[in-house]
Amino acid sequence: MATLWWIMFWGAALLFAMVGALYALAWWRPAMMARLSVGQWLVGGGLVMPIVVLTGLVTAAFVLGERLIARPLEDPPLRVYAQAHQWDWRFGYDDSGSTTRELHIPAGQPVDVVVTTADVIHSFWVPRLAGKIDAVPGHENVVRIEADRPGSYRGVCAEFCGNGHTTMRFTVVAHAPEDYDNARETAFAEASR
Amino acid sequence: MSETRNTDAVRLHRELDEIWHTPRGLQRLAAVNHTILGRRFIIAAFVFFSIGGILSMLIRAQLATPNTAFVGPEVYNQIFTMHGTVMMFLFAIPMFEGFAIYLLPKLLGARDLAFPRLTALGFYCYIFGGSILIVAMLAGVAPDSGWFMYTPLSSSAYTPGINADVWLLGITFVEISAISAAIEITVTILKMRAPGMSLDRMPIFAWYLLVTAGMMLIGFPPLILGSILLELERAFDLPFFDPTRGGDSLLWQHLFWLFGHPEVYIIFLPAAGAVSTIIPVFAQRELMGYRAVIVAIIAVAFLSFGLWVHHMFTVGIPHLALAFFSAASALVAIPTAVQIFAWLATLAHGRPRFDVPMLYIFGFLFVFVLGGLTGVMLAMVPFNWQVHDSYFVVAHLHYVLVGGFVFPMLAAAYYWLPHVTGRLTMHKISVPAFWLIFVGFNMTFFMMHLTGLRGMPRRVHTYPSGVGWDWLNLVSSIGGFILTMGFALILIDVILQFRFGKPYRRNPWGARTLEWAQPNPPPSYNFASLPLVDRRGDMLDPHEIGNELAAGNGYLGFTRNGWQETLGVDMTTGRPDQTIVLPNRTFLPLYTAIAIGTFVLCLLFKFYWLSLLPLAITLVLCLAWTKVTGLRHDHGELDIGNGMHAPPHYEADGPPSWWGMVFLLACNGTLYASLIFAVFFLWLVAPGWPPAELVKTGLVLPLMTAIAVIGAALLSRMAVAANARGGGALPLLLASAGAHVVTVGLLVYLIATALPEPTSHAYAATAFVTLAYTALHCALGIVFALFGAWRAMTGFVSARRSLDLRIGKLWHDYTALTGVVGIALILVMPLVVAIQGAGQ
Repeated sequence: MATLWWIMFWGAALLFAMVGALYALAWWRPAMMARLSVGQWLVGGGLVMPIVVLTGLVTAAFVLGERLIARPLEDPPLRVYAQAHQWDWRFGYDDSGSTTRELHIPAGQPVDVVVTTADVIHSFWVPRLAGKIDAVPGHENVVRIEADRPGSYRGVCAEFCGNGHTTMRFTVVAHAPEDYDNARETAFAEASR
Repeated sequence: MSETRNTDAVRLHRELDEIWHTPRGLQRLAAVNHTILGRRFIIAAFVFFSIGGILSMLIRAQLATPNTAFVGPEVYNQIFTMHGTVMMFLFAIPMFEGFAIYLLPKLLGARDLAFPRLTALGFYCYIFGGSILIVAMLAGVAPDSGWFMYTPLSSSAYTPGINADVWLLGITFVEISAISAAIEITVTILKMRAPGMSLDRMPIFAWYLLVTAGMMLIGFPPLILGSILLELERAFDLPFFDPTRGGDSLLWQHLFWLFGHPEVYIIFLPAAGAVSTIIPVFAQRELMGYRAVIVAIIAVAFLSFGLWVHHMFTVGIPHLALAFFSAASALVAIPTAVQIFAWLATLAHGRPRFDVPMLYIFGFLFVFVLGGLTGVMLAMVPFNWQVHDSYFVVAHLHYVLVGGFVFPMLAAAYYWLPHVTGRLTMHKISVPAFWLIFVGFNMTFFMMHLTGLRGMPRRVHTYPSGVGWDWLNLVSSIGGFILTMGFALILIDVILQFRFGKPYRRNPWGARTLEWAQPNPPPSYNFASLPLVDRRGDMLDPHEIGNELAAGNGYLGFTRNGWQETLGVDMTTGRPDQTIVLPNRTFLPLYTAIAIGTFVLCLLFKFYWLSLLPLAITLVLCLAWTKVTGLRHDHGELDIGNGMHAPPHYEADGPPSWWGMVFLLACNGTLYASLIFAVFFLWLVAPGWPPAELVKTGLVLPLMTAIAVIGAALLSRMAVAANARGGGALPLLLASAGAHVVTVGLLVYLIATALPEPTSHAYAATAFVTLAYTALHCALGIVFALFGAWRAMTGFVSARRSLDLRIGKLWHDYTALTGVVGIALILVMPLVVAIQGAGQ
């Protein structure tokens, strides 16, 4: 993800500088620029340049997207369930028990979050772990997240959902795999208290 | 010789002005003149822009520091919803319409637009609809679900108040003006150019406006349909978007963005057209790559309808669709690059000269190119997932919209304002104003890229301190206030130009298009006589042409019968083929808009039965529009000057009103296609299918309905044929009306007996709407048929003057076509749904 961003950032900076330079030259050194015929301007700048850049970029993004997408793995990842409602998050697990505003996952392995909503559209977003996925009424969406190391990661609701949208925050807590079961039990106990 | 010429010119001016001018006082409300209405549109749009600007200042005040308690979420949600709504629907689109309405006839060498009264109606609908929204905001019940109104947040369950109804009804009311402007622009460009101005000689601005208007005809109907469906759901509980009853909130998103993405280009293209007009003037060289640019804008138009899903990358779209829409979104950068390099090439091949408009063109290029680059980034799905609905998107959309619309429009304002005022601007204020706007804009919105990358979601009314967003937001807010100061300076500059600007004689910029061949400010009739265009429309000599036209040496350099005359031409070649007689000023558009407004208010306050009264009044008023149109006897070929002749448009094959109906039906057809899309989308994607109860009807009743609706169309065709043979249309028209009566009866019976309860499931609700659509069209078909009969009886129809009947024929054909599709759908759907049910 970061790689894609830096490619795009420097690519964009370069293209911007190029258009700016051509514009400046057209003003101050028109004689030099007029040596390029209109056809060369249009074919070069309007067709060849964007087609080359875009083909490269779309391919790169596609390859990267393939890696991010929640496709079936040989070893199916752990599934957890995030249900949004105005204005809070409830997290469920395959075994009994649920937590509110805190999602517990094991670190160092992919986890599939099944995102649903009880009322309006919300969106599940933990900026440091993955992109966002909307919680749409009547639909189940899956986003794959992975925390490299144990710790707390902030999450927000990213789709405007009414008056409580701003404060509809949550935390993903990643535990070392060996602590995961215990940590979850503790969280359930706290939640039921 | 020149002495007599001058007196002739003055006498001609007096005679024409007598016919075309709009008197002062109350009569101004009856104005239908495009110069007056164009100015009004622009002023009104600027007022709404100021309102939207004040709202944005409130937003920046709220977000300047963390944990602000300036306004709470209830108020903040209304503020940002209204900011987006006002800027998109009440500023950008009407501002472009105003420019087009003011400029188009002058650019094409015509005396007015194709449908002057429709221009006035559009203006009043815009003002009344916009006022409903603003009054609601002052009353504290403004829409608060975001400017794209996602359901179910905007449904009655989560927005029980009037707020969402204000948006749906108010904006749909305003859209009447968008649709009427689109039809008007299309027909005017295609039919009302100066003689000799073939399609490949049109000034490039006209090409941009033509493509834009065409996009509006196809782009707006999905939104109008969506708004109608959502309002039906809110008012009558028809569950189009309710997932528990076979609806789907994603349907709204598809319909909205099916409109919303083309909308971005609908806003950008006219502005790019202004750029393509202004750059050549200051480069002192005609536009390079004229044909390539035309191909590029047509390509943009096509591509823009294939990208809407990129607003929905995070809703859980199938994998392959993501790749497709991502690539398509990136592709749109190519025609845009073609335009940018055509502009650069024009500068490179010309002798660039600096003036205020060029300053704003520079601002446009700088800001818009940056916005385009972040746009390509956003088209990349993995990146989109990360920054979607964050401040990065807010930054991107402001770079594209302000860069792609506001900066070019400011350039256009400085370029064409002398045309309006007849005076030249004083540089002293316009240059610092530009730098305030340029610096203020970039300060405000460049920072937002970073705020977004640091994870700040949009539409939050406050944020905690210490997560790295504090200083960025503060800089944005300070930049916002600098930006506002720049706009205030521009306002002062414009007022000063009106008051103290230096008058000039003609064509101050050395432009080479027709609108500068007029005296400025322009006279009520535009051109004392109409020019013959013998080369590309942006390579003319306005000075020479201006003198010739003022002396009456062009076409129609005289007055006749007190008619407001202008010329109609063959679409492609530009050969004159009719003398168009335009209607004069009238209060009818005002009254009609008041009637429609009353209807909208009745719906807003849920007086549904009462709403039928203003609806009936609207219909009567629309019929009253026809009182002054038409001729009672054949005129044959009329002299149009320079030894040429053309019949009045009532006797021509393709008069503007006939084409107007064609484009109205194309627009209507898109609405219907959107409805069919909705039916299939819900069936294939929505949860809760198949429905428990299906339509129960034999074959007989639907077949009878289909036969009746086809019969109505055939009878009207026979009426037209009979009329062409010299008479006997009347009984056939009455029979056509009768067939429509039968169809309406059958459809009402079908709806009442065969449909499951429409509130029970989205399937039943869509079936209901499909049949009701045809019933409504048949009811109007009765009106069209009887109107034709009435016109035939009162002597307005002859073998040569068959326009009223042919317009009716278009309507009946359309009704038959859509009616048969609708009935087939009602018959086939239960079968396929049953198969689906059996498969599960």
